[in-house]
Amino acid sequence: MQKLTTLTRLAVAVSALLLISAYFVPLWQILMWAPQYPEGLEMKIWIDNITGDVKIISALNHYIGMKHIDVSMFPEFGYMIYIVAFMIGVGLLASILNRRAGLIVYVILLIAGGIAALVDFYLWGYDYGHNLDPNAAIVVPGMAYQPPVIGTKQLLNFTAFSGPDTGGWIFLASGLIAVGALVYEIILSRRKA
Amino acid sequence: MKTTFRLPVTLIVCGLVAVGCKPKGPGDMAMGDAASRVYVAPGQYDEFYNIVSGGFNGQIGVYGIPSGRLLKILPVFSVSPENGWGYSEETKPMLNTTHGFVPWDDLHHIALSTTNGEHDGRWAFANANNTPRVARVNLRTFKTEEILEIPNSGGNHSSPFITENTEYVIAGTRFSIPMDNKDVPISSYKDNFKGSISFIKVDPQSGEMSIAFQLRTPGFNFDLSRGGKGPSRDWFFFSCYNTELAYTLLEINASKNDKDFIMAVNWRKAEELASQGQGRLENVEYVHNVYDERTHTATSTVKKGVRVLDITEFPELVYFIPCPKSPHGCDVDPTGEYIVGSGKLAATMPVFSFTKFQNAIASKDFEGDFSGVPVLRYEAVLHGEVQKPGLGPLHTEFDGRGNAYTSMFVSSEIVKWNLETLEVLDRVPTYYSIGHLSIPGGPTAKPHGKYVIAYNKITKDRYLPTGPELAQSAQLYDISGDKMQLLLDFPTAGEPHYAEALPASLIRDNVEKFYRIEDNEHPYAAKGEGQARVERNGKDVHVYMTAIRSHLTPDNIEGVRVGDQVYFHVTNLEQDWDVPHGFAIKGATNAEILIMPGETQTLKWVPDKTGVYPFYCTDFCSALHQEMSGYIRVSPANSNTPLKFSTGVIEGEAAAAQ
Repeated sequence: MQKLTTLTRLAVAVSALLLISAYFVPLWQILMWAPQYPEGLEMKIWIDNITGDVKIISALNHYIGMKHIDVSMFPEFGYMIYIVAFMIGVGLLASILNRRAGLIVYVILLIAGGIAALVDFYLWGYDYGHNLDPNAAIVVPGMAYQPPVIGTKQLLNFTAFSGPDTGGWIFLASGLIAVGALVYEIILSRRKA
Repeated sequence: MKTTFRLPVTLIVCGLVAVGCKPKGPGDMAMGDAASRVYVAPGQYDEFYNIVSGGFNGQIGVYGIPSGRLLKILPVFSVSPENGWGYSEETKPMLNTTHGFVPWDDLHHIALSTTNGEHDGRWAFANANNTPRVARVNLRTFKTEEILEIPNSGGNHSSPFITENTEYVIAGTRFSIPMDNKDVPISSYKDNFKGSISFIKVDPQSGEMSIAFQLRTPGFNFDLSRGGKGPSRDWFFFSCYNTELAYTLLEINASKNDKDFIMAVNWRKAEELASQGQGRLENVEYVHNVYDERTHTATSTVKKGVRVLDITEFPELVYFIPCPKSPHGCDVDPTGEYIVGSGKLAATMPVFSFTKFQNAIASKDFEGDFSGVPVLRYEAVLHGEVQKPGLGPLHTEFDGRGNAYTSMFVSSEIVKWNLETLEVLDRVPTYYSIGHLSIPGGPTAKPHGKYVIAYNKITKDRYLPTGPELAQSAQLYDISGDKMQLLLDFPTAGEPHYAEALPASLIRDNVEKFYRIEDNEHPYAAKGEGQARVERNGKDVHVYMTAIRSHLTPDNIEGVRVGDQVYFHVTNLEQDWDVPHGFAIKGATNAEILIMPGETQTLKWVPDKTGVYPFYCTDFCSALHQEMSGYIRVSPANSNTPLKFSTGVIEGEAAAAQ
């Protein structure tokens, strides 16, 4: 079993500990602007909650038949706290156990978690944007209102932006540190060999 | 040939000379780049709020300076059918008085609250000149929160001026009257008519007003007043006219005395006397109306009794300063040292020195007394006179750089002069016949200078004509340089008297955008569509209605009968900026109501005929605003139509046919 350098162990520990921030800062943000909202509307997605101008956005979106956004719409909020806790645990364990296999498991977990989150967000967005009330006051034939996963999109009179918030960036940094550590270990072991 | 040619040429030359000799027309007076200096680009804000009395419209106008744009008409003493002020069940009590419901008044003066003599952006006080009252407006919501009736007053003109830290608001009577509504011959004026000055205590936290005590004075007319500041902070100065005690043809009989008075009151001493229980308690009734921001409802309470201090009974409380010819304005400079009296019929303008005033009191430099109150010797108190200032001086404001600006009604101009040297520095015409004038922070210890605004009494040809009845005209002048420069001419609503301006930064960031629905404690609020309902209690029908884009709940109501009193309690469920809803119903004999987000307001409706009546939202709220409506069915008085209500329920045709 290959062991890790002290630097790597430290980096992996830092990467895992950085994930704790997910409990204290928003992970994702959706920003919206319209002629009547030059100041913009925002929606912040946390590990177990959704905040910001949610009521206002829901009030506006009901005209086109979109669902009322509510925390109960997202079963993810029930288990995300455990998933992230598990990731932190695996990361710390990898650092403590001092085995490359542990690091590999942690990196895979991080990447898989990130991809799963984006896929999940896309699926929710697809449903939210397509599954419209047929009795809505405004029906634009062929129009769907799926928010962008990342980036900017024009939806009727609104320009919507979606992207990482503080927690999302920290998550990314944490992942990069872990991947970097693994790459560093691989290069190091090849040189030795 | 030559001679016949010469004559027309001569005539033309003479004509040109004659045109050149005509005074310059007012149209040419604005200076070169004036437009760019008052231009507030789209999306940008004005630098100052101008809180302007509405005079006979009984309201306050809020303008932006330097653009002169009207931002809001804020109802105070007069009903406003446009938003339901004085018509909704919640606001009706605000206009209650001991004479019953008074739907109108004449709002003359504004006083913006100060701390240490400087604007603090908390409240605006305003006076009702006709049925004596003082109102307090909250500058966080721009809503009238309180109206206090003033007993023993014949017209509240010398009001609502304030002390340095807004400890007191003043209400001095314009007309002296017999106290306690006594029925006496008018010719018994000298014996029975008295003046009355109320000191209204202001709660430093809530702003709530209460009459602390009244001063009983000889039967003068009180015109205007100002609190001292800095060294003179414990004193209040009142201009008095009609020291002749005339009761008929005042224009002649009250203009006889060479000098009337500025009455100086040591209000700290008065406060002390009142707290010691001096003077006497008089049995009077007056009404106190308070609007509660949480219940969105006003309550009107009858108060009884007021403590009265007769100024002739307490030495060292009051002194009279002789002031030429029926003084109107009585203004204290930013340092608190100079008191400017504006004798509206006088050829000179006296400026009194507070230091000399104190010395004269210490050395008892009196020229006599009036009803036992010492009259100080004019020259002993005088700092000096402004010579030939103009005709008809009325009011003075200050720029904080040692200059004073006085409005001249008769000569229709603003005159700038130096407080120390009393030398006239500049004069500019106003269009026409200026009354009050305002400099941002002008009456405070810290004026912001920059502009002076003239509020004129005559408009005539300033704007496109609109028939015999015209808007009033105001002018904005730049006073940052040595010479005043006319920048802008703008129409104003009502007839502005006094106004104050303050930096927008003192108010702007504190202004509420909507009311929190969680904080709504209105007893008839429906804080969600689930709470919307209709309840009958005898002949009273209470509709707990909600409004949210774009429907009213309930929007189908049946079971109401002719002669019922229907109360539509409409709660606006929105929680976003600038999404008001309105409510109007056919045949309503009162008005509509506007309901701000999170607010509940009630419109009373008494159907007089059977039928089905539409009601709808009057404030264009959304793309489906036209759909925001409903029906109420009114059945005969003796019918048994069951009470029911719904929204979005479509009944079968069979049921409808029944």
